[in-house]
Amino acid sequence: MFHNRTLEISVGIFVALGLAAIFILAIKVSNLSNFSDAAGYPLEARFDNIGGLKVQAPVTMAGVRVGRVEQIGFDSTTYEAVVMLKINNEYNKLPLDSSASIFTSGLLGEQYIALEAGGDPEYLKANDHLIMTQSALVLEQLIGQFLFKTAAEGSDKTEGGQ
Amino acid sequence: MNWLQQLGRAGLNFFERLGRGHIFLFYVLAGSPGMFIRFRLLLQQLFSIGVLSLLIVAVAGLFVGMVLGLQGYNTLVDFGSEESLGVMVALSLVQELGPVLTAILFAARAGTSLTAEIGLMKATEQLSGMEMMAVDPLQRVIAPRFWAGFISVPLLAAIFSAVGVFGGYFVGVGLLGVDEGAFWSQIQSRVDFYDDVLNGIIKSVVFGFAASWIALYEGYDAVPTSEGVSRATTRTVVHTSLVVLGLDVIMTALMFD
Repeated sequence: MFHNRTLEISVGIFVALGLAAIFILAIKVSNLSNFSDAAGYPLEARFDNIGGLKVQAPVTMAGVRVGRVEQIGFDSTTYEAVVMLKINNEYNKLPLDSSASIFTSGLLGEQYIALEAGGDPEYLKANDHLIMTQSALVLEQLIGQFLFKTAAEGSDKTEGGQ
Repeated sequence: MNWLQQLGRAGLNFFERLGRGHIFLFYVLAGSPGMFIRFRLLLQQLFSIGVLSLLIVAVAGLFVGMVLGLQGYNTLVDFGSEESLGVMVALSLVQELGPVLTAILFAARAGTSLTAEIGLMKATEQLSGMEMMAVDPLQRVIAPRFWAGFISVPLLAAIFSAVGVFGGYFVGVGLLGVDEGAFWSQIQSRVDFYDDVLNGIIKSVVFGFAASWIALYEGYDAVPTSEGVSRATTRTVVHTSLVVLGLDVIMTALMFD
């Protein structure tokens, strides 16, 4: 009887460990952990171009993470990207005219949204819109502009020399 | 002409064994419902196949995760992206190394013992004895072992991956000084539950099916001598490893395009 009991207990522990491992993989290792995040309030920001921004990307203010990107959509009437941000409840005193920009951490890193505080005495509330936004810098566009500019300068010089 | 004859015989033998293997599987699956009435048999096999493999799988997972952390760090630090260490460790464990290495360790740890056990039961005519008493050995002996292996491998693979991620965490964050928050947040943003974790679990389910099937069939089909059992045990490891790696290529091509 005793042997059977230890057998049953050890099998039970084994199955529980296996299920716990799957649970850890689901919650801790993969992106199924939305509900474990701190509670927050939603904000909406519209961008002309979000570059490589992804859902769950961090939203920072002065470099400190204050929230996450909750949802990314597309407005087919204005052709803008609609990004829903979730800001943690403890950061509830963001000025109404705060601006949002998409930056890249490092040269090849992830893209994130940086908020910059404005000077408005009113604070942002849930579902408010961030009016001032700055799109992501797309490297190809930047290089294209740079090349175009140098080419234009080069032709200016040759024209000036004539 | 002799080699042509041998080639033909080898080919016929191969197809004969392949056919017998599938008929064997059919009878095992057909005999399975009766096994769930005698649940204790399954429980005993879960103990000797799953629980006793736990230690080797967990330790192997820890070490593999640590090695991935050490090796990955050296490469990633050159690009200044050592925060991605966690992603690298987690993705390679969850998608590939967890299911594949667990299946191969399972073949070595549990598959061989299954083959030897069944082979010796056959050699000492215990299986024929059962048949004589109108007890179907496929139902009484093989089916519980098959289902125990089928259940154990996915659980073991999940434990392997989870322990491995923590191994990578200990090395990366504890030893090499990767930022802890970046380590986990990068993992959570890049590893998708359905695309990565669930596909890894599907892989390990398929591997568990294949590994238990091969181990039991090799034992059941062994030549009933000591030499035959020894050969069958070797074949279990070789065939399981090859089949698992082959299936892995196919499933990876289908899943992660």
